[in-house]
Amino acid sequence: MTDQQSGGANAPSGSQPLLDMKGVTKTFGGIAALQEVDFSIAAGEIHGLVGENGAGKSTMMKIIAGVYSGYDGEMRVAGQLVHFRSAGDALAAGIGMVHQELSIVPDLSVAENVFLGTQPVRGGMVDWRTMNAQAKAQISSLGLDIDPTTRMGSLPVGLQQLIELSRVLFSGARVIILDEPTSALSPPEVERLFTVLRRLRAEGRSIIFISHFLDDVLEISDRVTVFRNGRKVITEQTSALTKDSIISHMIGRGSVDMHMGETTVLCGDDTKTIAMQADGIGDGRNLANVSLTLRKGEITGVYGFMGCGQIELARALFGKIALKSGRLKLGGKQVRFSSTATARAAGIAYVPESRRMMLFRTEPVYKNISISILDRISRLFVKPGTERQIANAHVKDLQIRPQSTDIILGNLSGGNQQKVALAKWLTHLPEVLILSEPTRGMDVGAKEDVIRIVKSLRDRGVAILVLSTEPETILTLADRVMVMKKGSVAREFTQGKLEKADLLSAA
Amino acid sequence: MTVSVDVAGKGGIKRFLAEQMRNIAPIFTLLALILFFSTQSPVFFSVANALNIMGNASITGIIAVGLTFVILTAEIDLSVAAIANAIGITMAFFTAQPDYVNIAYIALPGGVAIILTLLAAFGLGSITAFGVTKIGIPSFIMTLAMMQIANGVSALLVRGQIAYEFPDLITTLGSGTIYGVRWSIIVCILFFIVAHLVLTYTRFGRYVYMVGGNREAAEYSGVNVKLIIASVMVICALCSGIAGMLGVAYFGSAQQNGFDDFLLTAIAAVVVGGTSLFGGRGGIGNTIIGLLVLGVLNNGLDLINIDSFLKILIRGLILLIALVINVYAQKLKEGAT
Repeated sequence: MTDQQSGGANAPSGSQPLLDMKGVTKTFGGIAALQEVDFSIAAGEIHGLVGENGAGKSTMMKIIAGVYSGYDGEMRVAGQLVHFRSAGDALAAGIGMVHQELSIVPDLSVAENVFLGTQPVRGGMVDWRTMNAQAKAQISSLGLDIDPTTRMGSLPVGLQQLIELSRVLFSGARVIILDEPTSALSPPEVERLFTVLRRLRAEGRSIIFISHFLDDVLEISDRVTVFRNGRKVITEQTSALTKDSIISHMIGRGSVDMHMGETTVLCGDDTKTIAMQADGIGDGRNLANVSLTLRKGEITGVYGFMGCGQIELARALFGKIALKSGRLKLGGKQVRFSSTATARAAGIAYVPESRRMMLFRTEPVYKNISISILDRISRLFVKPGTERQIANAHVKDLQIRPQSTDIILGNLSGGNQQKVALAKWLTHLPEVLILSEPTRGMDVGAKEDVIRIVKSLRDRGVAILVLSTEPETILTLADRVMVMKKGSVAREFTQGKLEKADLLSAA
Repeated sequence: MTVSVDVAGKGGIKRFLAEQMRNIAPIFTLLALILFFSTQSPVFFSVANALNIMGNASITGIIAVGLTFVILTAEIDLSVAAIANAIGITMAFFTAQPDYVNIAYIALPGGVAIILTLLAAFGLGSITAFGVTKIGIPSFIMTLAMMQIANGVSALLVRGQIAYEFPDLITTLGSGTIYGVRWSIIVCILFFIVAHLVLTYTRFGRYVYMVGGNREAAEYSGVNVKLIIASVMVICALCSGIAGMLGVAYFGSAQQNGFDDFLLTAIAAVVVGGTSLFGGRGGIGNTIIGLLVLGVLNNGLDLINIDSFLKILIRGLILLIALVINVYAQKLKEGAT
């Protein structure tokens, strides 16, 4: 791991960064995810890291945390040149990461989670007394008072996160990477996290704070680094930055990088017929008091970060998640969906964010398309002839390649699969079409096809709801926009010019 | 047998074999067994013995039809044999029993007894369906409970005694013959035909396959998944019940533990035939082959004078091999697409 010594690991020089990366480049199959990135963090610093999805933040962190070992450039920890081969290597060098998806075991106790895989043992048996005592000591060092025998799953997410943080700390981490730590937290929980982080900073530990929530970044960070398109744009003292200036750096406003989907002119029309209305709906967990109105011949876009409640909103409107509060109205009449089947029968169609959830990989294309209209074209017996005919029309119309109704779906490319998922709902136009991430992970051609299809459906009078974590998707498609934040509607835009920066600062 | 239309794509033959592995392997096994026993025993390869094998398999066959529906949706029903027994006993309970057996009964006309008994089977199936779909108990556990409940019903009704009388129609169908062929074989074949038509050509059948193939996708396509699962549980209970009615007539008696072997044999038949335990693949054709493999194996092992204790072990090994093939075929298939 160590190639050379330069100045000694414990040299008390204030200028030497704890972690220093120079000219780091990482490519995936010829496409650069990171290009010539320099990045450094001093001891006792909280360093904010921001950038859009795909800007390279995650790739950078995975290199630092030892997840990716193949890259160009050099990394130094306390002056020593290192090249991690695994997350274990990174942890041994004092670098730990707390992922957005916590790696906890909800059914075990807090102490067991703290010592996951490394329980203290005496005479071949787990030493519960020592384990609970040490866990208690660890947790209270973060200023928390939690009984270590409590079941992990019974604690709020904020505490679970802090307990996982304590696990990383006590495994000896000097540099801690926090990925989206505040996205699932309530404001008081965020405050508690920040108190802990400040205490750690005072102890001389360094924290890399990755977040979409710019207000949080501005509040806690000493310095901020902005990534865009795999490059580092800027590293700056937080005091010299504002939310607007960070957003400008993130999206490259005014630069030559501006392209499609950066801005749009909304044309929400309140005189159009209302197709569906949600009034203060909530699921008791991730969705609270959301109201929205979907109008015929209009595309409503819902933007928000991962975990903002979009997915739950879509599921609730399609009858997949039961509503705990609020009401739904369809065509003026109040409705309650007890299952997806009743929602579909009422004229609601839904294409979820993952194709896997929507398609039958081992079945031919025509069966994939006909499944959602089977009850309309056949009473008792299925009619494969009719099914193929209908499927064939869609295959031609949507330019699905290869042009066959009988090919097994799993053999199609991702973009073509997405078209099949859309085709399911095109034979009998739904009243309301809900699309989660309709263009995610598609190549440009397929993306444009899907956009064209969605817009033509709108022009035929369908009320469409598009939910996405990608501002471009929303700006390309939407006639009106809602921004969601932590389970509620943060802001609505109906008319006028809308820029990506507006979305980012509202979320 | 479901042979899905595969457009010649990349790696044609390999893909085709991966696709058809679960169909080819059982047929090959069956042919190999027939060939083996034909050379080992002079009486094996004859019409009389074939009818014998089919007669023995017919009651299991009716149960296996119901199980095929359940397994195609990736659920399981462990209560089939217990329900068969309970329903057989219920039918005896509705029929006048001879005086020399000390057993409680309600003497009803044959037709009424049959209808009430079918309703009982429907009722038991509905309870399972309710538990699995409305309450959300995994079918493995729910049907385990139902197995115990059905055994309890049986125990209460016979109280250790044996019933011998059944409605005439049932006695004929269960133990009678026509032109030398057992009626039970004909009933079983009718079940095969109807079930195959339902699974292959009806909307319900398509839903069964799709729910088994990808339950989440079926739900997001607006299929009433719970209704489909509830339906297959009820269908399975009805098939088990009818098998039980014919079965007690076939045995000539209804008593506690009358169907003890049938659970394992029925599940084995479906799985040995190649229907995927993960749902969505297989069908009645597979089940028929599976039944014949087990039937030929049992019959042949009897004929070649093998240690009867070794027989049990051999059956277990054959089942294990079938399971390995079942899981392996699934992996091959997933690798192919």
